[in-house]
Amino acid sequence: MGRVTLSVPRPTTSAPADLRVVPARYPLRWAGIAVVLVLLAQFAHGLATNPGWDWPTFAAFFASGAVVSALGVTLQLTAYATVLGFAVGAVLAVMRLSHSRFLRTVAWGYVWAFRSIPLIVQIIFWFNVSYLYPQLGFGIPFGPVLFTVPTQDLFSPLGAAVIGLTLHQAAYSAEIIRSGVLAVDPGQLQAAAALGIPRFRQFRRIVLPQAMRSILPTAANEVIGLLKGTSIVSVVAINELFYQVQVIYGRNARVVALLMVATVWYVVLTSVLSLVQHYVERHYAKGSR
Amino acid sequence: MIEIRDVHKSFGAHGVLKGIDLDVAAGEVAVVLGPSGSGKSTLLRSVNHLEKVDRGQIRVDGELIGYRRRGNRLHELKERDVLKQRSAIGFVFQNFNLFPHLTVLDNIAEAPVANGRLSKDRARVRAVELLGRVGLVDKADAYPRQLSGGQQQRVAIARALALDPKVVLFDEPTSALDPELVGEVLDVMRDLARSGTTMIVVTHEIGFAREVADTVVFMDDGRVLEQGPPSLVLDSPSHERTRSFLSKVL
Repeated sequence: MGRVTLSVPRPTTSAPADLRVVPARYPLRWAGIAVVLVLLAQFAHGLATNPGWDWPTFAAFFASGAVVSALGVTLQLTAYATVLGFAVGAVLAVMRLSHSRFLRTVAWGYVWAFRSIPLIVQIIFWFNVSYLYPQLGFGIPFGPVLFTVPTQDLFSPLGAAVIGLTLHQAAYSAEIIRSGVLAVDPGQLQAAAALGIPRFRQFRRIVLPQAMRSILPTAANEVIGLLKGTSIVSVVAINELFYQVQVIYGRNARVVALLMVATVWYVVLTSVLSLVQHYVERHYAKGSR
Repeated sequence: MIEIRDVHKSFGAHGVLKGIDLDVAAGEVAVVLGPSGSGKSTLLRSVNHLEKVDRGQIRVDGELIGYRRRGNRLHELKERDVLKQRSAIGFVFQNFNLFPHLTVLDNIAEAPVANGRLSKDRARVRAVELLGRVGLVDKADAYPRQLSGGQQQRVAIARALALDPKVVLFDEPTSALDPELVGEVLDVMRDLARSGTTMIVVTHEIGFAREVADTVVFMDDGRVLEQGPPSLVLDSPSHERTRSFLSKVL
């Protein structure tokens, strides 16, 4: 008869309490960091030492009266186009969500058309619209005209720019608002309907605050894009930031320094907008944690 | 209080309700049982016109739901009038559907304020009262996401009661809950039933049906197979289909 013996392996290492954890090391990551640091240092060194940046000129013009007043025009254009663009966009979004196939199709057509036309083409077009319609008449459609105004008075360069930016922005805003509304759980609408809450209040009080959570990040992108997009209206000689720096470097030939003036201002304004975005998003995050 | 007459409804070619007749008297509790897909939820949603029926009539407290009769024609009501009718009918959803961005208090106070029934202050006082009724006064300022499923459903019940509805409809109110939370919701519903609220409850809780229901309705494939007091339908059902269903859920 054989005997079975069970041998228990004796622990050869020390007791578990003595074991230390050694983190894994990644030498390549350190190499990557070193390369990037060298590149950054080179860039900073260039900024400080290359006389081509011409910081004294930058400093002279950065807060000059001409630049600051042009900055005001840029802010105005951004503000008007944001408010009007999102207002028209909201109407278009409601049309696209309506039960009427006709309204849906019209809104779809608008979005299709204005997303297809380059902004710069539109702005030059509105600037020149008085060739197409020298006079604008107000009255009963297909009936008598009550009064007329010269188109040029209504479509000042600034007016043409605002209209162009607004119509362009509205097409994008409409899609952003629509996607936000569609992202709200349909159960929310059913609950609101079951409680007999009037339609408009359902939208304002139940749907919109929830839609805002997905609308806001994209909308903020749009506003920032718009802020920089206003530089396009320089093609119709409106005295906004980018046009103004072009005028100045056309005179003194300090191109790089003046481009930096505009760049730094755009960066500052974008940063402020990002900060505003952060706080607005926090407001609409109520109840999500 | 609720009269359902010959109600038909189909989604495309698929018939969901195939001629339903049902009466619920004031203060009565009707519990609707049946396999999923039998049309229970659709029937319930038709009572407050969340679904439009294709044929037949539904009346709540004598008022035709969703239509106005002129001669031999039924004219569809405008949305505004449908919303007004709905404010007399409380509805409790399977998934609660509380408004996540509003506090518990505002969830309950929203509808009476929106319908111009109560001032904001009065609505809030009333909301606190109702929270007392479902045992959640201390949660008034919480947001729905901070509550358990059972608590959320109790808030949803309080919200449905805020308009002093003539009837309250429950669409599988405990089906989305963890088993241990079902009891607290059923307790609240039991209290409601005792206080004389007219209720239609779609549920799979046979015990609740036996204890609370005045009428148990068994539905299968868009038809009411049998209805009657719980002792009859639950203990000696006349249809084989009812028997096999009950043997599976009990």
